[in-house]
Amino acid sequence: MSRIGVFVCHCGENIGRTVDCAAVAQACGELPGVVHSIDYKYMCSDPGQALVKQAVAEHKLDGVVVAACSPHMHEKTFRKTVANAGINRFLCEMANVREHCSWIHEDREEATQKAIDLTRFIVEKIKHNVPLEPIKIPVTRRALVIGGGIAGIQAALDIADGGCEVVLVEKEPSIGGHMSQLSETFPTLDCSQCILTPRMVEVYQHPRIKLMAYAEVDKVEGYIGNFTVTVRQKARGVNASLCNGCGECQKVCPNKKIASEFDAGLGKRPAIYVPFPQAVPNIPVIDRANCALYKGRARNAKKDACKKCEEVCGRKAIDFDQQDTFLTEKVGAIVVATGYQLYNIKKEQDKEAISGYGEYGYGTIPDVIDGLQFERLASASGPTGGKILRPSDGKEPKTVVFLQCIGSRDPAKGIDYCSKICCMYIAKHTMLYHHKVHGGQAIVFFMDIRAGGKGYDEFTRRAIEENDALYVRGRVSKMYRDGDVIKVLGFDTLSGEPMHIDADMVVLATAMRPQPGIESLAQKLSVSYDRFGFINEAHPKLRPVETNTAGVYVAGACQAPRDIPDAVAMASATASKILGLFSASELEREPLVAQVDQGTCAGCFHCVRVCPYGAVEHFEVKDRKGNLIKTVAQVNKGVCQGCGTCQANCPSKSVELQGFTDQQIFAAINAF
Amino acid sequence: MKIGYFPGCSLDFSAKEFDTSLQAVATSAGMELEEIKDWACCGATSGHATNHLLSIALPARTLALAEEQELERVVAPCAACYSRLATARHEMAEDKKLFSKVTGILKRDFTNSVQVMNIAELLRDNLPAIKEKVTHPLKDLKVACYYGCLLVRPPKVTGFDDTEDPSSMEEVCRAAGATPVKWNKRLDCCGGGFSLSRTGSVIRLGKEILEDAQAAGAQAVVVACPMCHSNLDLRQKAIAEQTAKPLEMPILFITQLVGLAMGISEQILGLNRHFVSAQPIIAKATVKALPAAREEA
Repeated sequence: MSRIGVFVCHCGENIGRTVDCAAVAQACGELPGVVHSIDYKYMCSDPGQALVKQAVAEHKLDGVVVAACSPHMHEKTFRKTVANAGINRFLCEMANVREHCSWIHEDREEATQKAIDLTRFIVEKIKHNVPLEPIKIPVTRRALVIGGGIAGIQAALDIADGGCEVVLVEKEPSIGGHMSQLSETFPTLDCSQCILTPRMVEVYQHPRIKLMAYAEVDKVEGYIGNFTVTVRQKARGVNASLCNGCGECQKVCPNKKIASEFDAGLGKRPAIYVPFPQAVPNIPVIDRANCALYKGRARNAKKDACKKCEEVCGRKAIDFDQQDTFLTEKVGAIVVATGYQLYNIKKEQDKEAISGYGEYGYGTIPDVIDGLQFERLASASGPTGGKILRPSDGKEPKTVVFLQCIGSRDPAKGIDYCSKICCMYIAKHTMLYHHKVHGGQAIVFFMDIRAGGKGYDEFTRRAIEENDALYVRGRVSKMYRDGDVIKVLGFDTLSGEPMHIDADMVVLATAMRPQPGIESLAQKLSVSYDRFGFINEAHPKLRPVETNTAGVYVAGACQAPRDIPDAVAMASATASKILGLFSASELEREPLVAQVDQGTCAGCFHCVRVCPYGAVEHFEVKDRKGNLIKTVAQVNKGVCQGCGTCQANCPSKSVELQGFTDQQIFAAINAF
Repeated sequence: MKIGYFPGCSLDFSAKEFDTSLQAVATSAGMELEEIKDWACCGATSGHATNHLLSIALPARTLALAEEQELERVVAPCAACYSRLATARHEMAEDKKLFSKVTGILKRDFTNSVQVMNIAELLRDNLPAIKEKVTHPLKDLKVACYYGCLLVRPPKVTGFDDTEDPSSMEEVCRAAGATPVKWNKRLDCCGGGFSLSRTGSVIRLGKEILEDAQAAGAQAVVVACPMCHSNLDLRQKAIAEQTAKPLEMPILFITQLVGLAMGISEQILGLNRHFVSAQPIIAKATVKALPAAREEA
């Protein structure tokens, strides 16, 4: 006969207001098998847990039912409590009388009856609970970091400095990300490259970091502690082990008219190129779409059109026939740090939900640029050598209008969220402009100035008060080109006056969006993402850098719009989480996984077909002499997520989900 | 298929030529227009400015009459009429309470099933039939297509074209052989109903619009709204007092332009009813007739 204890929680007023907790405790006390039943105001509090512990000892309980909130909230708490009291923690179950009862009902009498019923079901279920032991799985103490921007660099360095190996995968030819494109950084105005490039070099030289630039994650298999990742190393057309980065090939390349990605389209680069002089690794890539040789080969030309780079390369490093290669890496944890792209105002968008700005000419007006392009204009390493010159005719713009919230905070454009960094970087732009163009006027149209952060508000005040930026609270309704100027029609909502400005250049603070392809990467990793494509964190407050897949972490702007300090903080947090994970040689997992009865399994392998995680394998049952008797299903306890799909689908009822066996579930249902 | 026709007050009187040119073009292109019997005011200007329920119920009555005539679509050539009809349809579709309130007032069986179209949409959707009937393509004519404020706005109500960068009128003008120019003021306000109460504003706005059209090289401005037409055509004399020399910009209804390209006579198109003469354009149309059309003549 069972000796079950029932503990009914009031959750302050949360449950007690609607449910007569004392009546529930009394009714449950009369159930067969229940030897102890009480109610208490806060069962999860210290004295509440003490009551449970004390009862286990006094009444020699072999089952504990806590009627309280959702098991998501406190199952762990109470299981730990009973474990401390000396019984197996899987002999503790929760009845959810808050989310499933008190919060959703009004009638006290009916709610009380429902709470009694819910608790009764669990009492019947727990009579069939058996002690379970946690699963122990080995850990590969090696991490994969996806994305070599500032977040990925920080995460990789922190993990590697903590003593574990890191594989850093970057899809572009060089690491550095968007931060390497910036001129100065807010709120200190220190040079972006000056603080970033030493970190990039550190990554390159670190003995525990394996850098794979110009590579992408192709496939991810396995589970926390034991991932197998296939990485596609894209063909550079250059043998990385022979190249010494002398740069001669770039000088002789005849096609130097390609818009440079690094200069946000404002500068030019050759077909064989490194994105920028400080690139890490400093090994060029051949842009096959623009290289005459590859274009010729695609047309089946009889002779290769141009081999100038090969001819000039003293190291014989050019390899036109190089192919993509696939490498397999074993890692125990993964950091997603793929960063952002900027929204564009064009008519054609990559997502149906997002639309462009027809009122601003859909991106067809010359000298209307975005924030990253302004960064390149202001950067000493940029196409103008740091002079603010407008792209169309190279003239110095005397009036520059900055528009904030382009796309951002506009559900009509399909981007509801605030991009967070724009208020700050526009303030920075006005300062840089003020320093570089004497007598120039910066006019900023803003919705709100959101400058929360250390030294941030002071920074925007400085732009307004010391750098003469004219801040106008309002929106611009229309822009069009009229001769040499851009007519900007806006509205000052504070004075109530319409504004007509003849601008020489317009800078749009376009919204931050996750990188293209984030959805497919997230699917490979089995992590969820929101409707904008940002990776979902496991909990917005308490688990900000974990995802819903164990062992996969998230850092930087692929999770939400982030500035550099945020991205770096998140990256260090992932590193700390991963080093914590790697501190033990074995991982403990909840044993709530499927188990196959190999005696009754007929080997139909329907479970293999339905398992969403690929957790069911074939297992050969052999006799003592090694002769094959039959092949049956076997569940990999490391991979199984305990969803129960196999259990529901097994025709011979040979699979049972531990903790949710048919016997337990039917007992609960029969109690109804 | 039959298309319901809601002329509205303008096309019955001040913009009679919009009505006659539309009828002629529709007949030529094989569109069968059927006027809604006993139609009433759409509720523009005073109606929708004073009482919201009235502003929905008035056009709803017209839409209910169209349903009784078993019409699936109704064309309202006047942009203000179109806006009122389309807004009523949209609001009743979105707001069930409002819909039942309106049906209670109408005391008719009404399901709000009639689709509301404007003239640019109707012509654009019938481009192949129109192209077939073009005998006098307006080859050397540069036109500025003027949408004004109501034709494509608000996006939720109209939705037949891009609100900020529409193209339907340009497509129609191209089909008539004319060359639409790129210009900046095609979506700006002409002053609308302030024509009488704030004439100064209307003259200022009209001047800006016409000067921009002229700067872009347009020889005529093409409109799809009687109010726009009146403000740009009638007020050009007043505008001329503020400019160095008169603009002399002919303002054409889009149906008149298409009619010219179809070789329809200027009497039927009502081109003599304008304050600014359209003669330069008419000359182009008659001179440039296709060989086949000349033979017929």
